[in-house]
Amino acid sequence: MSTALDTPLRPLSRAAGEGRGGGADPRDVGGPAQPLLIARDLAKHFHVRGGSKSARVRAVDGVSFTLFKGETLGIVGESGCGKSTLARLLLHLVERDGGELIFDGEPVGAPRGITVAALRRHVQMVFQDSYSSLNPRMPVQDSVAFGPFVHGRRKPDARRVAREMLVKVGLNPDLFGQRYPHELSGGQKQRVNIARALAIEPRMVILDEAVSALDKSVEAQVLNLLRALKAQFNLTYLFISHDLNVVRYISDRVLVMYLGRVVELGPSEEIFTRPLHPYTRALLGSRPSMDPAHRIEEPPITGDPPSAIDPPTGCRFHTRCPFAEDVCAAKSPELGAWLERGSHVAACHMLDAGSGHSAAPA
Amino acid sequence: MNAPTATSTVMAVPGLDAGASAEPPLVEVDDLTVRFVMREATVHAVNGVSFSVRPGEVLCILGESGSGKSVTLRAMLRLLPPRRTRIEGAIRIGGQDVLALDKRRLRDLRGGLVSMIFQEPMTALDPVYTIGTQIAETVMRHKGGSRAEARARALELLELVKIPSAERRLDNYPHELSGGLRQRAMIAMALSCGPRLLLADEPTTALDATVQIQVLILLRKLQRELGMGTIFVTHDLGVASEIADRIAVMYAGRIVEEGPVAEVLRAPLHPYTQGLLASTMHGQSRDHDIEAIPGSPPDLRRLPAGCAFAPRCVQAQSECRAAVPAPRYPLHGRMARCLRVAGDDASQPWPGLQHSVSPAHVSSER
Repeated sequence: MSTALDTPLRPLSRAAGEGRGGGADPRDVGGPAQPLLIARDLAKHFHVRGGSKSARVRAVDGVSFTLFKGETLGIVGESGCGKSTLARLLLHLVERDGGELIFDGEPVGAPRGITVAALRRHVQMVFQDSYSSLNPRMPVQDSVAFGPFVHGRRKPDARRVAREMLVKVGLNPDLFGQRYPHELSGGQKQRVNIARALAIEPRMVILDEAVSALDKSVEAQVLNLLRALKAQFNLTYLFISHDLNVVRYISDRVLVMYLGRVVELGPSEEIFTRPLHPYTRALLGSRPSMDPAHRIEEPPITGDPPSAIDPPTGCRFHTRCPFAEDVCAAKSPELGAWLERGSHVAACHMLDAGSGHSAAPA
Repeated sequence: MNAPTATSTVMAVPGLDAGASAEPPLVEVDDLTVRFVMREATVHAVNGVSFSVRPGEVLCILGESGSGKSVTLRAMLRLLPPRRTRIEGAIRIGGQDVLALDKRRLRDLRGGLVSMIFQEPMTALDPVYTIGTQIAETVMRHKGGSRAEARARALELLELVKIPSAERRLDNYPHELSGGLRQRAMIAMALSCGPRLLLADEPTTALDATVQIQVLILLRKLQRELGMGTIFVTHDLGVASEIADRIAVMYAGRIVEEGPVAEVLRAPLHPYTQGLLASTMHGQSRDHDIEAIPGSPPDLRRLPAGCAFAPRCVQAQSECRAAVPAPRYPLHGRMARCLRVAGDDASQPWPGLQHSVSPAHVSSER
C-alpha cells in the first residue's frame, strides 16, 4: 500500500541519504551506528518561589544517556525523580540549564547544529492526560491534521494524512473523525494522540506515561498498537513509566532515575534479572507478587523519597539505602561507561573499586 | 426491581445460613442497585450486587474505572449525593440496616463502627488543621473524653501506623507531610475509634511503588492485629494479590466473578477475569503481542441487554445477549456469572465464606 506516509512530507533541510541502499531511511543522516540521541550531563534546576535565594529544585541533575536508532529505551523512577522534566528537556519544552543534546550527530540549538524547530519535526511526544492534550473545540481529525498543515501541507492533503493516520491507530475516520475529544473514551483519545504525534512522520516518539491513565484491558491494546506502529514506521521510542512490568515488556534498554540522577542503565532483561543498584533492587522488590501464597512480608526499603529541593549529599539514595556507609554521603558515585549499547552500569560506590566502601571490589 | 427481603436473594444467603461459621457476617449487601438520575440520562452504576464479609476478612472489589466498585463502597456509608442517587436493595453492617438509619445514627456509624480511607489523603484531610487536632476531634466525637486524652490517643495512633517522630508530626499540617506519611495519617484517623469494618477506596494507588508496598503491608498487618473486616477497592490485580482473602470482580456494575484470591488468580472462570489477567503485564514474553480484551467497557447510560461483557467477549453467543446470566457456583466457594461456566453442583450449596483463606493462614505461608 502506498500512502503519503511512505514518502517524506517535503525535502528535509539536510541532504537526504547519500546513495544509501533501498531500505535505508533517507532522513538517517548519521548512519545506523550513530545514536539517534545523545544526552550529556543534562541539567534543569527550578527556582523555588518564596524559598531562599539558593533554593532550587534539582529536577534533572547531570543526566547522560544514549538512545540508539530503532530501540525503545524505558525510563523508570518514582514521582519527583525528574523523568518527565527530562522528557521536556529533550524537546526543549523547558530550557536546559546545562549539558548537551546531540540528535543524529548534530548538536541541538548550537550554531552548527540542528535547530529546535527542526528537532521537533523529528521528535514528537504523547502525554499521560489524553484529554488535556487535545483541543476540546476541534474535531479530532482536525487535531491530527493540524501538525502536517503547520509543517507545510495543503489543507486537503493534511486532512487525507489525518484520515490515514486514524486508520493506522484503529479508528474509523468516518465514525470518529468528526467527534470532539469529550465524545471519545480514554483509550480512543490516546489513539488520537498517537495518530497526531505520528502524522508529521517523526523519527522518535517520547511516550510520557502514555498508557498509565488507561484501564488494564485498554492499556494492553494501546501497547500492542505502539509496538506495531514502531515496526511499521521505523520509530525510536523513549518510554517513560512508573509501571515496571509495562517497561519490561516494551523496552530494549532501561534507565532508572532517582532524584534527578541516573542510578542504573542497561539492557532491559539484565536490569530486571540482575539489577546492580540497591535502589533498582528495591524498586523491583516493591512490585506486588501476583501470588497470594508468596506475599511480600517486609518492604524492601522504608520511608518516602526525599524532596528534590536540598537533595541528600553524595549518593542521593544513601538516606534510604540499607548498605550506606560514610563514603556514600560524602562522595557522589559515577555512572561509568554509559555510551555503549550493551553497557550495564550503575552509580554505586559498592561497584566501584577503590571507592572506599567496604563492599566494593578490591 | 423491588427491594428484596432478607432471605430472598440469589447468592448471599443460602451459603451464609448453612455456613460452618458461627459468627454472623459483618456485612451483608443484597441486590444493591445504585442509579444516578440526571436530566439527560440515568447512569446505572451498580446493578444488583450482593456480597458479604465476615469479621476479620478482607474482600477486594476489583474492577476498572466505571465498574461501580467505588460507588458500591460509597453507598455503604451513604456518601453519595442523596438528591440524584437512587439506591435499592439492602445493606446491613453489624446488624444495622444502613439504608434506614436516621442522620444521627448514620453519623455514629461513620467513623465509629465503619471507617473509610481514600485514594487522595490531601482531599480527605482538612488542610487548615493539624494532624493531631483532626484525629483528636474524631476521638472526642465518638469516645468522649478530654482534649488531652484524645491527643494522647492520637499520638498512640501515629505510632501504630509507624510514623517516625510521631510526637512532632502531631503538630504538622497535612501539606507538611510526604504522600506516604499523609496516607498513614489518614489510616491513623480511620482507626481512631476501633472500627470493625474498614472501607478502603484505592488507598495505595496514588503512591510510589516503594511507598505503596509499605502502606499495603502496614494495612495488612493492622487489619490482622485489629481483626477488622475490610473491603478494599482496587483496579490493580497485584494489590489484590497482596491483601485480599477473597476477590469480587466487577464489570459494568455487576459482580461477574467471586472467590478466594489464590483460586481466582490461578484459574479465573469468567472471560473478563481471564482477559484482565492476560492483559496485566507480569513478565510476558516480548516476542508476542499481549492478549488484550478488544473494545471498551459499555456506556452505563445504555447498558446492553444480557451479559454486559458479551460485546467484548470472543466466546459470546446469542444466549449471552438475551438475559443477564445468573450466578453459577461450579466450585466450592466460587461464583461466576457466565453461561459458559459449568452449572451448579446442587449437592454443594454455595458455601459463602467458610472456605475462604483466613488471614492467619495466609500469614504463615512465607
